[in-house]
Amino acid sequence: MGATPDIAVIDDLIRQRLDEILPQKLKEIQDSKTPSLAIIATKGTLDWAYPPFILASTASALGWDVTIFFTFYGLNLVKKDISDLKVSPLGNPGMPMKMPFGPDWFKSVNWNIPNIVQAGIPGFESVATSLMQQTIKNNGVASISELRELSQEAGVKFVACQMTVELFGFSHDDFVDGMDYAGAASFLPVAQVSDVCLFI
Amino acid sequence: MNFDRELDARGLNCPLPILRAKKTLGEMQSGQVLHIIATDPGSVKDFQAFAKQTGNELLSSAENNKEFEFHIKRK
Repeated sequence: MGATPDIAVIDDLIRQRLDEILPQKLKEIQDSKTPSLAIIATKGTLDWAYPPFILASTASALGWDVTIFFTFYGLNLVKKDISDLKVSPLGNPGMPMKMPFGPDWFKSVNWNIPNIVQAGIPGFESVATSLMQQTIKNNGVASISELRELSQEAGVKFVACQMTVELFGFSHDDFVDGMDYAGAASFLPVAQVSDVCLFI
Repeated sequence: MNFDRELDARGLNCPLPILRAKKTLGEMQSGQVLHIIATDPGSVKDFQAFAKQTGNELLSSAENNKEFEFHIKRK
């Protein structure tokens, strides 16, 4: 008859062995996991169109799984025609107003135009938008349609919020191909398991 | 350094050099080397991170007259 094994001794052995094995095992799990990014895109202006598509396209280039959930004004970013995306300096004091042409000293001037003047000039937003588009081009920054195309090619999942599609009177025909339409209950489980989750 | 493909990313800004590099590497064979020329100063850190994340080896990174050159070996 052998002695009854001492539970405390066994526990101790297990603990020791786990200390040896676990760090390596955890590292293996971490290394084999594909990182994931989940973005909620809620803004529908030319300036705010950049962060979701830059991050999504870059993350997919790094080999990550990416989902963007477009809701409210963010739906503007997935319409077939995005040539009407605008940027407004009105009530946007953080936005530098600089000219994309002329000599360097002229380009560096920040045109501080009072809100009341901006609001009073018809077409001010359109002018500001075309100046911004020119600046974007001059700086070798990609257009939104290019980044969006690259994102889709790279397998970024686009999901539109069905509720806001209806709320704003859009139809599925207004949006690019390859979209999914779903609600909060579909997005949350994706966000739950993502490594990076951003509200933009 | 010898290379198999070349990518001219001069004049392109973040994140285009990375996206183009990823696309070009995708068309190459394992072990082949891609030579990239860029003018975006942010690309120095970005290509380091890209290589680390994707497992494609960054063989060299150099600055030459406001141009940045990289050699990346496809995984």
